[in-house]
Amino acid sequence: MLKYTLIPLLPLIAFVINILFGRNYIKDKAHWIAVPAVLGSFVLSVSVFMDVYAGNVINLNLYTWIVSGNFNVPIGFLIDQLTATMLIVVTSISSLIFIYSIGYMHGDKGYHRFFAYLSLFVFSMLILVMANNFLLLYFGWEAVGLCSYFLIGFWFEKKSAADAGKKAFIVNRFGDFGFGLGVILVFLTFGSLEYVEVFANTGSVLGQTMNILGYEVDTITVICLLLFCGAVGKSAQVPLHVWLPDAMEGPTPVSALIHAATMVTAGVFMVARCSPLFNLSPDAMTVVAVVGGITAIFAASIGLVQNDIKRIIAYSTVSQLGYMFLALGMGAYTTAIFHLYTHAYFKALLFLGSGSVIHALHNEMNIQKMGGLKKYMPVTYWTFLIASLSISGIPGLAGFFSKDEILWRAYTGGDLGKFLWVLAIVSAFMTAFYSFRLIYLTFHGKFRGTHEQEHHLHESPPVMTIPLIFLALGAVGAGWVGIPPLLMDHGDKIGEFLAPVLGHPKGEGTHSEELFVMGLSVLIGLAGIFTAFIMYLKKTDLPYKVGSAFQPVYKLLYNKYWVDELYYKTIVKPALIASDKIFLGFFDGRLIEGVVNGIPNLIGSLGQRLRKIQTGVLSHYGIIMALGALVIIGVMIFIK
Amino acid sequence: MVPLSWYIVLSAVVFSIGVIGFLTRRNLIIAFISIELMLNSVNISLVAFSHYLQSIKGQIMVFLVIAVAAAEAVVGLAILIALFRNKPTVNVDEINLLKG
Repeated sequence: MLKYTLIPLLPLIAFVINILFGRNYIKDKAHWIAVPAVLGSFVLSVSVFMDVYAGNVINLNLYTWIVSGNFNVPIGFLIDQLTATMLIVVTSISSLIFIYSIGYMHGDKGYHRFFAYLSLFVFSMLILVMANNFLLLYFGWEAVGLCSYFLIGFWFEKKSAADAGKKAFIVNRFGDFGFGLGVILVFLTFGSLEYVEVFANTGSVLGQTMNILGYEVDTITVICLLLFCGAVGKSAQVPLHVWLPDAMEGPTPVSALIHAATMVTAGVFMVARCSPLFNLSPDAMTVVAVVGGITAIFAASIGLVQNDIKRIIAYSTVSQLGYMFLALGMGAYTTAIFHLYTHAYFKALLFLGSGSVIHALHNEMNIQKMGGLKKYMPVTYWTFLIASLSISGIPGLAGFFSKDEILWRAYTGGDLGKFLWVLAIVSAFMTAFYSFRLIYLTFHGKFRGTHEQEHHLHESPPVMTIPLIFLALGAVGAGWVGIPPLLMDHGDKIGEFLAPVLGHPKGEGTHSEELFVMGLSVLIGLAGIFTAFIMYLKKTDLPYKVGSAFQPVYKLLYNKYWVDELYYKTIVKPALIASDKIFLGFFDGRLIEGVVNGIPNLIGSLGQRLRKIQTGVLSHYGIIMALGALVIIGVMIFIK
Repeated sequence: MVPLSWYIVLSAVVFSIGVIGFLTRRNLIIAFISIELMLNSVNISLVAFSHYLQSIKGQIMVFLVIAVAAAEAVVGLAILIALFRNKPTVNVDEINLLKG
């Protein structure tokens, strides 16, 4: 029991120590607190994973958090196969990124603050995945959002970073509002927030409807859609994807840990966790699948033309999250979690690799001003290449197995599935293309930056490259636990491991179809790489020609479909005007200021008049006293 | 034997003199003396009633009043002297620091 408690508690202790004593006492030794704490969590997680692997699933209530009538919420952990998998992903990636941060953040004046927030984030994320009820999940959910806000705006002196932090927080509010309503509706419907009780009673709620604005709607569908709102916000799906690319204003390790590998996958985790609910609502599943499919191709197409190294990877993250939701919507929860797990490694690697590049170039992020870094930074180059091959779906690497499985699940998912499969195949091509566009522009060709930058080019220190190497091992090998049965009997170990919680994916197909899907996805990946090779290494004037030939399309993609501008015009601006005129001008200026200033003004003017009574002449006081005494005597006589 | 009503009248007359003196005179010391007059008029009536009712209670009350009067004179004169150091006057109309 102590073991389970310590997993989230260690990072929390590290946070408390660093935030209280960091500024004055610990300073640049903050990592001596944070890194052992998260490593400790990792070791404990491995041991918990072993327990669960041996079949030891635990639902543990530690403490009664809230009791009010029949509303009863404990602080408790549910450690099953899904949680165990997530624990491994979160703690292993965090450990590597913590170590990497020692090098990347070296000399930053907020060094202790950085490690404090990172520790708090790990604590929140662990609570999120370990929770055994919806309210604790919600706590973790909001806490990771808070940490994300802190860390995006970590360099808060920079206006763009502070703005990006606010944007992430506010955009997430939209989704979390729905999520909060969903949690409330779960309680109203089931009378409990604990997973075990809710999921055990789904049968009794099946077919129940509720009245919304005159329409009779299936209650479970409403719950699922509201919960999915939260997932759309947190996992940056269309239409709430706008915050994630801007979140790249934060330090690169943060982008890797929070905005690629762990926090943004919380939505995927949550939907998988609520799979017993989603299974009962085909409508909600369709919405999930369609949103995922659209996001996959939408974000990938934007990624094709961006020039900021971190933003390209950010759009790639959005797109890969779209894949995960596509799989969830197809009912292939195990596949989604499998992709979540492989994606965490190669995406963290891509981000840390880009961090290494940015570090070497002194905060240059425009890939048009890079090039030829291969010979200066061999470790970064090779690990980055492995991650890119993995994300492009080259056979044998982690990304291949999970992505291929998603494509296969989409292919076997009926007519809608076939349509989404086409979207996914097109985005797979785009993914391979932009990943290698990034590689060729960054690491190949001639260096296009300034001479001074070229002079300072160097490989990053070992404290940064060693985590890269470990993550590269993950990007290669993480997929080997999910080899499809077609290629190897009992190869899909992770699917079998997760099946008790998430069930087996539906959908049947012949071996030849499966081979066709697999072969096509590999070919598409290779075609994407080859196209990038032609355009950015062989005929380097081609990108410009293509860009000017398809000017409107290029502009549309380059400006990210003008979604930000649309939101600015339709939501931000009206909100600003309303705040300024109605809330600030009328409510605050007139109403509140009026009441707050009116009362003292009234008392003051009354006092001005009343003070004249005090003449300071002694005989006046005497007369008033005498008259007063007479009145009292008179009253006493006549009342009697 | 002097009837009780005479004492009451005397007491009322002395009290009225005290009140009028307090209200009309400007000299603070006179004002003090007027207050003493009022207190002593009360003493007269207390003693008279004490004798009339053959009760010792009234006379006990008188001692209390005398003690209070003495204390009042001490504090009042002390304030007067402190005031006089700051402002060389005993005219109450000029002592108007409490004017609102």
